[in-house]
Amino acid sequence: MKLNLALAQIATKLGEVGSNLEKHLDTIEQAKAQKADLVVFPELSLTGYVLQDLVPSVAHHPTDDDPVFRQLLKASHDLDLVVGFVDEDSRHRFYIASAYLSGGQVLHVHHKVYLPTYGLFDEGRFFAWGDAVRAFDTRFGRMGILICEDFWHASPPYLLWLDGADVFLFTSASPGRGLNDSEKLESARWVENVNRSYANLFTSFVAHSNRVGYEDGLNFWGGATVFDPNGERVAQGPYFEEALTVATLDLNQLHRTRARLPLLRDERTALVQNELNRILSK
Amino acid sequence: MIDLTINPDLARKILTGFIKSELNRAGFSKAVIGLSGGLDSALACVLAAEALGPENVLAVRMPYRSSSPDSLEHAQLLIEQFRVQSETIEITEMVDPLIGRDPEMSKVRQGNIMARARMIVLYDKSEAFEGLVVGTSNKTEILLGYTTLWGDSASALNPIGDLYKTQVRQLSRAMGVPNEIIAKAPSADLWSGQTDEGELGFTYEEIDKLLYLLVDQRYSPAECVQAGFDQAFVEQVVTRIRRSQFKRMLPPIAKVSNRTVGYDFLYLRDWGT
Repeated sequence: MKLNLALAQIATKLGEVGSNLEKHLDTIEQAKAQKADLVVFPELSLTGYVLQDLVPSVAHHPTDDDPVFRQLLKASHDLDLVVGFVDEDSRHRFYIASAYLSGGQVLHVHHKVYLPTYGLFDEGRFFAWGDAVRAFDTRFGRMGILICEDFWHASPPYLLWLDGADVFLFTSASPGRGLNDSEKLESARWVENVNRSYANLFTSFVAHSNRVGYEDGLNFWGGATVFDPNGERVAQGPYFEEALTVATLDLNQLHRTRARLPLLRDERTALVQNELNRILSK
Repeated sequence: MIDLTINPDLARKILTGFIKSELNRAGFSKAVIGLSGGLDSALACVLAAEALGPENVLAVRMPYRSSSPDSLEHAQLLIEQFRVQSETIEITEMVDPLIGRDPEMSKVRQGNIMARARMIVLYDKSEAFEGLVVGTSNKTEILLGYTTLWGDSASALNPIGDLYKTQVRQLSRAMGVPNEIIAKAPSADLWSGQTDEGELGFTYEEIDKLLYLLVDQRYSPAECVQAGFDQAFVEQVVTRIRRSQFKRMLPPIAKVSNRTVGYDFLYLRDWGT
């Protein structure tokens, strides 16, 4: 089976959900014209990133009675969508969230489980921590979503792998930093290295959708990528510019790679469990 | 080996994008820059010209009667090469009446008055030209506090404030800033014969490497000494950074209410854009 995957690296307006929604709907039209089956938007694509005290005023809930999601759910009849937003739960906790929409339904919502609150980041001050890492079924097989800092830690991708994900959808609003003599920023090199490594280690597809544009002095570097189960780069978006990067994923590559390299078959999960129990009960 | 080399293409891409994006979001398409004839303002001007188009950049030369003639000439070289708009407004008539009130006035006080007079001119031109003032302070002088508060430190946005002086030099070379400007000794040109390195007491090569370890690489002062820097030099610089922190912040507001600007009223300037 083939999956035409579109990665939408967009710039957003800070706190202007209506205007960002328009950009989503325009981008979805472009993706449709390019025969995409699934379009993945970056972290917080409906709101912008450094929200601070704007968080409570930009929150939405992914249901049909929400004016923003009603339009996105309608659009998801034509192709599947991953969108980034601020989710407010019934107890009024706010999460950095990504939702997978398909055929007018919400198939999955991921709440970011690692909120960076160090250096230039202050997410833990404004958001609640998600507490689940779950794979989910789609019409293209089982997938998993992680948001930025989630995949800076090794355990969430590992859990998704064990939970059955064969396609990893990673979204980011990654501020560019670490300018030196290399042609890539340190932050870009780091992210690309770990994305490729996860593709190799988990013999899976790893797609990354990262935003572009600026917020005050922060730049966002874009550079969407897809790595296949052999760790080969099958798509690369431009840096710093808005773009829709479309890649055709040959999902049968999972069969061929895992026939050669049965890392998933041989993974000793009971051993992991035993050792984790021992380590954590110390 | 401490290497401060930057990739000039990448720096150029990020910094010109920053100027264009942040200016446009504030509702502007033009920039105003005080062009001293030195390196920092030359680089800021060239970046702004590339980001906005040279016709949308106003370079303002603001000599005082004791300013070096080279400064004016070097600024003119840049204006001609990059075809930005320009204007020359001498500040002597603005500042001499104030300086003349105190025959004992120190050079530092006089220099501060000149820097702040230039700020007044730039902000006036900002309104007249409908452009934002682009800052020209580099990371070295920001960290050392080698700046006049509300004078040369005043701007609407600063594209080069995260580049050390030696990196400013490298990027300037890559962007075609005339060699006369790159090669000469950096100077605030507030009095005749003044040079930054003479006044600071160390070279930019030395200080940039030390600042890079202290700030970017988070070395402790003791680790910097172990890495080969002179202890007295390290102590002098650490003290200088600490004592100039006030120059890198807005004035603190005394908190009495439940929600206070600066503490818990938190929005980016790009809010809503």
